[in-house]
Amino acid sequence: MHQRDMWFKNEPRSVIHSRLIRPSTTSSRLSVTLETLLFYFFGTISVGSALMMVTRRSPVIAALYLILNFFALGGLYLSLHAQFIAFIQILVYAGAIMVLFLFVIMLLNLGDEKKLAEKISYKKIIGAGLSFGVLMELIYVLAFSTASLPPSQFEKATEIGTVENIGMQLFTTFLFPFEVTSILLLSAIVGAVILAKKKLR
Amino acid sequence: MDLQSYLLLSATLFIIGVVGVIARRNAIIVFMSIELMLNSVNLSLVAFSAFLGDVTGQMLVFFAMTVAAAEAAVGLAIIIALFRNKQTINLEDINILKW
Repeated sequence: MHQRDMWFKNEPRSVIHSRLIRPSTTSSRLSVTLETLLFYFFGTISVGSALMMVTRRSPVIAALYLILNFFALGGLYLSLHAQFIAFIQILVYAGAIMVLFLFVIMLLNLGDEKKLAEKISYKKIIGAGLSFGVLMELIYVLAFSTASLPPSQFEKATEIGTVENIGMQLFTTFLFPFEVTSILLLSAIVGAVILAKKKLR
Repeated sequence: MDLQSYLLLSATLFIIGVVGVIARRNAIIVFMSIELMLNSVNLSLVAFSAFLGDVTGQMLVFFAMTVAAAEAAVGLAIIIALFRNKQTINLEDINILKW
C-alpha cells in the first residue's frame, strides 16, 4: 500500500483513480460478454446437434452428432470454469463411450431405419406433446423463479474446478463413494462380459 | 450470464432426450438419447456448482460419468445379446416381456 502511494505521488488524484479502477472494470465487462458469447455459441451447437441426433435415420450419423454435442457441452463446462470436468467429458464421453457406441453400431452392421414420417403413431404424438408440455413447465418455473435462488458466487468458481481441488475433495470428503465406484465398475465389467458372451454355461 | 440460462439450456437438452426415447424405436438411438439426458443433468449440476461456489456438484458429475460409463458397457452388451437372439434391435419387435 505504501509503495503504491509512492508510485503515484506526482500524479493528480483522478489519474490514479482511473488507473486503479479501470483495468478491473474493463476486464470484468469483457469476460462477461465473452462468457455470454460462448454460452450462445456452444448452446446453439448443443441444442442443434441434439435435435439432429434425435432425428437422423442412420445410427452412425446420430452417434457423430452426439459426439459434437459432447464437445459443445465440454466447451460450456470450460466457460463455467470446470476445467477437470470439461476434459473428463471429452476424454471419457467423446473418447471412450462414443467409440464403444460406434464400435457396436458397426459390429451389428445395421441399415438405416425406415423414414421417420412413415412410423408416426398417435402414441408418439401424445408422448412428444407431453414432453413439450413438461418443457414449457420447466421454462415457466426457471424463468420466473429468480427470487428463490441464492446469490451468485461465480467469482469463486475458478478455484473450485481445478484438478488440484477436485482431487483433494475426491480423496478426502468423497473417498467412500470413490471406492464404491471401483466396485461398480468391476461389476459392470463382469456383467458386460457375461452378457456379450456367446453361450452361457 | 446467469444461472437460469444454463438451467434452461439443460432443460431443453433433457426434453430433446426424452422425445428421442419416446419417439425412436432403434435401441441404440434410444440409448444415445439416454446419454443425452444424463449429460443435460450434468450441465445443470456444473452450473449450480459454479454459481453456488460449491464443489459438490462437480463431484456428482464425476460419479455420474462413472455410472454412465458402466451403464454404456452393460447396455451395449445387452443390445448385442438381443441382436444375437432376435436379429433386430427395433424395439417394436422385442416384446418377449410384454403380455
